[in-house]
Amino acid sequence: MTDITNLTLTELVKKIKSKEISSTDITSNYIERSKSSKKLNTYIEETFDDALANSKKFDAKPDFQKKLPGIPIAVKDLYCTKNVKTTAGSKILENFVPGYESTVTQNLWNSGAILLGKLNCDEFAMGSSNETSHFGNVLSPIDNNLVPGGSSGGSASALAAKLTPATIGTDTGGSIRQPASFTGTVGLKPTYGSCSRYGIVAFASSLDQAGPMTRDVKDCALLLEVISSFDSKDSTSIDFKRPNYFSDLNKNIKGKKIGIPKEYRVEGMPAEIEKLWENGKEYLKNCGAEIIDISLQHTKYALPTYYIVAPAEASSNLARYDGVKYGFRVEGENLIDMYEKTRSQGFGEEVKRRIMIGTYVLSSGYYDAYYLKAQKVRKLIKNDFDEAFNKVDAILTPSTPSSAFKVGEKMDDPVSMYLNDIFTVPVNLAGLPGISIPAGLDENNYPLGLQLIGKPFDEQGILNIAYSMEEKINFNLNTSDWWIK
Amino acid sequence: MKKDQYLIEKNGNNYEVVIGLEVHAQVLSKSKLFSNSATKFGSEPNTQVSLVDAAFPGMLPVINEFCIRQAVKTGIGLNAKINKKSIFDRKNYFYADLPQGYQISQYKDPIVGEGSIVLDLPSGPKTIGIERLHLEQDAGKSIHDIDPSSTLVDLNRSGVALMEIVSKPDLRSPEEVNLYIKKLRSIMRYLGTCDGNMQEGSLRADVNVSVRKLGSDKFGTRCEIKNVNSIKFMQMAIEYEANRQVELLEEGGLINQETRLFDTKKNQTRSMRSKEDAHDYRYFPDPDLLPLEFDDQFIEDIKSEIPELPDQKKDRFIEKFKLSPYEATVLVSDLETSKYFEKVIKNSDVKLSANWITGELFALLNEKNIEIDQSPISSENLSKLINLISDGTISGKIAKTLFVEMSNGDQDPKKIVEEKGLKQQSDPKELEKIIDKVILDNPNNVQKYKSGKDKLFGFFVGQVMKASSGKANPKMVNDILKKKL
Repeated sequence: MTDITNLTLTELVKKIKSKEISSTDITSNYIERSKSSKKLNTYIEETFDDALANSKKFDAKPDFQKKLPGIPIAVKDLYCTKNVKTTAGSKILENFVPGYESTVTQNLWNSGAILLGKLNCDEFAMGSSNETSHFGNVLSPIDNNLVPGGSSGGSASALAAKLTPATIGTDTGGSIRQPASFTGTVGLKPTYGSCSRYGIVAFASSLDQAGPMTRDVKDCALLLEVISSFDSKDSTSIDFKRPNYFSDLNKNIKGKKIGIPKEYRVEGMPAEIEKLWENGKEYLKNCGAEIIDISLQHTKYALPTYYIVAPAEASSNLARYDGVKYGFRVEGENLIDMYEKTRSQGFGEEVKRRIMIGTYVLSSGYYDAYYLKAQKVRKLIKNDFDEAFNKVDAILTPSTPSSAFKVGEKMDDPVSMYLNDIFTVPVNLAGLPGISIPAGLDENNYPLGLQLIGKPFDEQGILNIAYSMEEKINFNLNTSDWWIK
Repeated sequence: MKKDQYLIEKNGNNYEVVIGLEVHAQVLSKSKLFSNSATKFGSEPNTQVSLVDAAFPGMLPVINEFCIRQAVKTGIGLNAKINKKSIFDRKNYFYADLPQGYQISQYKDPIVGEGSIVLDLPSGPKTIGIERLHLEQDAGKSIHDIDPSSTLVDLNRSGVALMEIVSKPDLRSPEEVNLYIKKLRSIMRYLGTCDGNMQEGSLRADVNVSVRKLGSDKFGTRCEIKNVNSIKFMQMAIEYEANRQVELLEEGGLINQETRLFDTKKNQTRSMRSKEDAHDYRYFPDPDLLPLEFDDQFIEDIKSEIPELPDQKKDRFIEKFKLSPYEATVLVSDLETSKYFEKVIKNSDVKLSANWITGELFALLNEKNIEIDQSPISSENLSKLINLISDGTISGKIAKTLFVEMSNGDQDPKKIVEEKGLKQQSDPKELEKIIDKVILDNPNNVQKYKSGKDKLFGFFVGQVMKASSGKANPKMVNDILKKKL
């Protein structure tokens, strides 16, 4: 029955609609494979029994009008799921069960999808290797002892290992695109305001976006269409006319102008990444697109800007985890003592580091020099993109400056870990849509990704370009199932 | 030195007291500032709490437009500049009854800018400047006296909308503070934007006090007395604090800029924290909320809903009803009183109505400690009573007895007059009979009167009134007596 888990989301939908397979068939196959893949540590919470019951319920009364009819899906554990434990990868929420559902996951269930379980992630989505999770690190199916990237590492690993037909992650500085790149999968961060943040455990509110992670571009368009919606419960949600990303998907990119930003050619970038980028340009030319050199001159300030803005917001967003109302608590002598014990034991090292950075940059006397300046630079970065988009339709860059690294390799060096996000953070700072697609392999046969950055709300544009490139690249992800005994 | 100037004298030095107020006025609204939970006072603890109010993971604030309208309305009532763009900031601090770990407030860009309030001082009108008005969330309530070993938290108030109204340091005495609070409360009650109920905490203030030698144009160092919840306590706190500062200065000491608390039992202020220990609130714009923007039309629409305000009403009362400025001020200070007055004068003499309302009725309400809308005597019946006086049916003296009678169950004065035979004796023949008898019974006094003891006239009037059980028409008694004697 491994055939079923080899099918893409789109193929599954088609087969279920033509009644070739049932929801129960799909669900039980994924459960079986998930159960034998514990070594990857992708799941924090498994809801297999409920998933199976729900798939049977679907089969008894199927609704084929739905976009994801009876499709089981595991999601990142940053999404609040009603009556299902939601931890954000943190000890401080290790037993937290919300009584409410995030808008994005609700959109999934409204479309007929079934929850398979909650996937591991870096604690509060802070990390680039899924090693900061309280529930242990996640392994990549690509190779033993390799990180899947982060923070949506559990999602990327589960997707690449075929433990879920598709998944959703969240992306604050690259947390969808970087792990997608590391695992040879497709990951899209939509325009800020496309997907509701309601019910997603907040990391950095002005940067956080939900997005689809899938095996190919078609699946990505389908899943985006399901999860993107205007939501009055999120004041930053934007009410724009959302296209039918899936049915509007096409390969006609003739005459499209693609920008190549020279600032992304960073020092010390491996030759294979350089080559990958060159290949990308060739594929695009072959599709009839035009390549244009552009400049995004403030790119080098993006990472430091991000590491001021994101921790500042995080330090405030995480203040609610204080042991008073819900979640983990360590009793103390008094209120302050309880706070200190709860938060120092409840949060991991990386989260504490960012809370401290964030608290520092917002402090009186430092605010202007750090936070305010960062906001100004953020505007300049956004202006760079605005200007570039006067000339081009989309921008092509590598997704990451390197392929996946070994577990533990960068844990003692936060700055080198942060550098992983160098190509992805500018997109979050500017609120733009970005997609990473698998584009090749390095010398170790580890996947490498290319990133397409689009104009605000032009997800369709970058999906179409990615769709065209995908055909030319013809990437095949072959994992040996080494983790299955 | 002006006649009613409030000064503190010590060692022959006169000190002027400089006071500025930060009033926290609860917005009259059925639901909270960023959630739709109810705001009713006195409900069971934690029954008016939404997931947003309790700061559950992934919950987001959504602004309540009605509260915005109320703030704008108040701003218009304070003759203030309305800012078409304002920003909500996070004020970060930890406390058990602050679920988010921050209060959403407005810092640099408040919704309302500079305005003013006119006080009616005995020496004439005085304008007090308003610095700003901003919107913010209230915190919950920590309860320390229910459980011996823990503090309990009630979040019913958490997230309720407050207007913080900051005055300029223009107030100079406890009496001016009294008038300022009353005027501010009156304006907000006229507008329906705050019920001004200090017992329920709908109106509380932080009081900034400093002193300076009379004639100095430099402000002294100020102390802030936190969270005082009655006008009486504000006045007591100011008096204590001003005297403390004067004594300190006279001893050659310096004032520490600090936050102090007013101990209502000991009637003194004590230090809470010094400027050095002041919280660093790390204000920054709330990334969950977009800047608040509205257009001129929005303001115009609200302007069209503004009722006649106390100052305008006062002018009208003086102009139209020929009331004295004092009478007008008293009658308009409370909206309900002014409504009551206008109802009474529909059918009754204006001067008599004003006298009866500000005299007998106010005394009665005071004695019973109730508001005019709970008055035991309706405006209709008071109007009838006044008409009975005007048309000579009863004397003023009888009217006072009748008023007391009426206050037991709002009875119709006409009925009481008929039932108890309280009607004034105005029949000249009947009066002559009584007067003749009095003259006959007091030959000695008649003699004395006739020989020049004019003062005895009062004696005869008294005897007649006594003989008629007070019902004789005093004017007619005078006339007839004069003739007969």
